[in-house]
Amino acid sequence: MAKVLVVTSGKGGVGKTTSTAALGATLAQMGEKVVVIDFDVGLRNLDLVLGAERRVVFDFINVVQGIANLSQALIRDKRLENLWLLPASQTRDKDALTEEGVSKIIAELRTKFDWILCDSPAGIERGATLAMRFADEAVIVTNPEVSSVRDSDRIIGMLDSKTVKAEQGEQVRKHLLITRFDTARAARGEMLSIDDVLEILATPLIGIIPESRDVLRASNVGSPVTLNDATSAPARAYTDAARRLMGETIPMMVPVARKGLMDRLLGRRAA
Amino acid sequence: MINLPWLFGGRTASAPVARERLQILLAHERGSRGQADLLELLRTEILAAVSRHITLDPEKVNVRMDRGNHVSTLEVDIEVPNAADRWAAAAS
Repeated sequence: MAKVLVVTSGKGGVGKTTSTAALGATLAQMGEKVVVIDFDVGLRNLDLVLGAERRVVFDFINVVQGIANLSQALIRDKRLENLWLLPASQTRDKDALTEEGVSKIIAELRTKFDWILCDSPAGIERGATLAMRFADEAVIVTNPEVSSVRDSDRIIGMLDSKTVKAEQGEQVRKHLLITRFDTARAARGEMLSIDDVLEILATPLIGIIPESRDVLRASNVGSPVTLNDATSAPARAYTDAARRLMGETIPMMVPVARKGLMDRLLGRRAA
Repeated sequence: MINLPWLFGGRTASAPVARERLQILLAHERGSRGQADLLELLRTEILAAVSRHITLDPEKVNVRMDRGNHVSTLEVDIEVPNAADRWAAAAS
């Protein structure tokens, strides 16, 4: 049965789009049929992170308004045949996204895909509420930093009250994904630890993504970090997280970046 | 005396401070979550109840809640038009 998963956070810049691309790509590599939807109307970026920015013809709003049908708007990834993208519109009119329209599109996608990943915009406005509205599961992306944790707490409250599942008396299955984690800084007491964040947010952990230069390197070239360098620390962490989403039990560990020659010479700590 | 802790690398861990501030803040925010909705609901129901007996301008009904350490207060402020104005409104 198809699963609708929202990738959300409240706060901007914590790694929602990076995580949507990486989790979507990994699930597709595992043989699942995956569509990733960009809900950030007016500020789309998932196309860019996936390297599909020049292939966008029709978008989400065109489909909602009946200008195009779904098969015209869906873009198939060039590297992974199981991965598809439904891009957001660059229009300024955010009201073009209606609950009825989103509901219809998600219902149609449910018949065609195993996973529907909704990349939420930052904030708690219309785009963000619609991205989570029909979710069965949620990945809450959090940085170990006070403002991100506070916003995640707010988003968790919304997942428990403003979703269709919540209104039916059920629960959206929530997973916490901690990104930009720096083991060394946490060990020195300069950064909230994993235990601190888990205790405060009381939500099960799906993965820990280390702070790494590989993430920027991958987005520079328009490739999910898991495809760009599958052996890098963040790629391994995202792969583990995707496997946990599939129900596998994998011990939680913090992947550490390999040290390059220069890092060794300069005695840099692992990023 | 000049305090230069950074010079000696003697910075104290800041993560425990972050953790404590978050725990206090979130305990408060979780408690007041949904209060905005509650006030709107109270406003609508009070307006409906009073309107059955007095003609009111719906814009002139204010409901406020103040949280104190020991007691909280609910303040309801309803502006009732004078009888003369009401007759004028009815006649026009």
